[in-house]
Amino acid sequence: MRKISMGLVALGATVSMALAACSSGAPAGGSAPASSGQKPYIAIVSKGFQHQFWQAVKQGAEQQAAKDGVTITFEGPATESEVEAQMTMLTNALAKKPAALGFAALDSRAAAPVLQQFKDANIPVVAFDSGVDSDIPVTTAATNNKAAAGEAAKHMCKLIGGSGTVGVMVHDQTSKTGQDRRDGFLEGMKANCPNAKVLEPQYGKGDPNISADIASSIIEANKDLKGIFLANEGTAIGGIKATQQKGMSGKIVLIGFDSGNDQINAINDGTMAGAITQNPVGIGEQVVAAAVKTLHGEPVPKVIDTGFYWYDKSNINDQKIQAVLYK
Amino acid sequence: MSTETKPTETKVSETTIKPASRGGSWRERLQQLMALAGLVLIFAVFSVASPLIFPSYSNVTTILFSTTVVGLLALAETLIIITSGIDLSVGTVMTLAAVMSATFIVNWHIPVWLGILMTILFGGLIGLINGFNVAILRLPPFIATLAMMLVAQGLALVISNARPIYFDAKEHARYIWLSTGSIIPGTRFPNAVIVLALAAVVAFILLNKTLLGRYDISIGSNEEATALSGINTKKWLIIIYAVAGLFVGLAAIMISARLGSAQPATGLGYELQAIAAVVIGGTSLSGGKGTIVGTIIGALIISVINNGLQIMSVRQEWQNVILGLVILVVVFIDQLRARRAATT
Repeated sequence: MRKISMGLVALGATVSMALAACSSGAPAGGSAPASSGQKPYIAIVSKGFQHQFWQAVKQGAEQQAAKDGVTITFEGPATESEVEAQMTMLTNALAKKPAALGFAALDSRAAAPVLQQFKDANIPVVAFDSGVDSDIPVTTAATNNKAAAGEAAKHMCKLIGGSGTVGVMVHDQTSKTGQDRRDGFLEGMKANCPNAKVLEPQYGKGDPNISADIASSIIEANKDLKGIFLANEGTAIGGIKATQQKGMSGKIVLIGFDSGNDQINAINDGTMAGAITQNPVGIGEQVVAAAVKTLHGEPVPKVIDTGFYWYDKSNINDQKIQAVLYK
Repeated sequence: MSTETKPTETKVSETTIKPASRGGSWRERLQQLMALAGLVLIFAVFSVASPLIFPSYSNVTTILFSTTVVGLLALAETLIIITSGIDLSVGTVMTLAAVMSATFIVNWHIPVWLGILMTILFGGLIGLINGFNVAILRLPPFIATLAMMLVAQGLALVISNARPIYFDAKEHARYIWLSTGSIIPGTRFPNAVIVLALAAVVAFILLNKTLLGRYDISIGSNEEATALSGINTKKWLIIIYAVAGLFVGLAAIMISARLGSAQPATGLGYELQAIAAVVIGGTSLSGGKGTIVGTIIGALIISVINNGLQIMSVRQEWQNVILGLVILVVVFIDQLRARRAATT
């Protein structure tokens, strides 16, 4: 019995080493620390990696890295609530002695002590996606989510004719993007159409199935519903599916955020009126570009606004829009 | 199925199983009544609070529809919790199976019906592995399924390349129809609800009319005694986990059909919803007792509360608080009665 279990342990160890070898070899050019090669190594710790959005950011970072002749790694925790897992990734990144760090904080305060260690080691930090509450990052490359959601509200007001009941669905109440998009939308509604009745925001964890249930309830509860704002991709998928299932396509003004297959199709077939897209590839590019500039001693602005666009049926095929959408 | 000699089996069913079911039968019935009364009460409260919307036909179908995924997972969870085990992997295994379904049907162009069959069997295969780890390797179910939860979560992302896989609205219309379509014309009554009802009937028959159900309860009451009386408990544990896996595979089809896509990043958290439904329904976490009817009622209580609070536009933070309190109250009452029954 003992022999068998020893064997299993050995097998397990072999497998995990093999897997580790595979995975560390995967991202653009490997994760060799700066010391072992001439190419500078930039570690990027993101808020996630499994959503389409982060995959697009990663793609942008890899493109820029190839252009600038640096190697990068891109990693992030499984869900956007795993603050502690992200801290571990940061400490691991520090141990690899990168030339620079790209970092999207899940909880910027929690990250402060580790960021201080980066500063002490003279490793410049480039923040992206959401700001970090500290002056350590040399710059922050991010979408102005509040302004973007305000733009969504402006379009909502126009499309519902200035009054009526409007639902608000957000991915969560704790993340900065969730709060900014919610507040930006609510403020935008107040400013642009004070007569509209905006419902209490509901949160579906960005899970399409849960969001579909919530959207169904909102549609049931408000027979006079004129529109729903859906603050991220997973939320939007749920809103689209619920609207279609209820046979309300085109009767409710859906406004989404980001892109992905479902939102693009829904905009094309009229289920969704339009959506705000960020520029995820651009965010990834800016992170690497800013890091490289800093390494060369060039100045970078304190904030890099990576921009957002409103898109709907009329401009979805424009080149400018197509370039930032992902499927 | 029956490698054991017949006489032993009948003897066992009389010695080890009767006490459990005799002690349980009236209590179980009362438990179900309690759960049902709870469901009716909660439904009545919301109906009074929102008489025009909440009890309407279309809202009730909304509630039933939102019960399907958690309901199917809870059926699987019931079979396993009765063995005094637990399955933490149902949520992410569902996600992995959904990714497999999309891989079969979308990427490999396997006919829809065959893809569905393969997906359900895939769920069964994962269940079989869980059962093997629990029964043969003697890993505690909590650990074995915790490991599987992580493995499945990772594999779903690896296989899908961390991207959703979309079914084609035209080419795979029949797949999507399985969940969102309506076999009863003109009603908008979602097929998914009918699937859940049929699955519940199957689970009910399995638990109450077959050897699997009897051994399920017997193993949960006292695994050693069951083994001593000549039943191959290892074999039956594996079978129970595998059968539970089939229900998880079915849940995978329902969630991916509803969304018209396999979403590899989701799945975590569904296992806790399923466990909550089972517990509210009166199945004991210490094993040996539990009912399918109770589990379905438990799943309905969860979705009625969620829907009702959303209809009333209650802030979502409070929705979770209220759901948590309901679970506490229901389980406390159950414990209280069990303790009273034990002392008398």
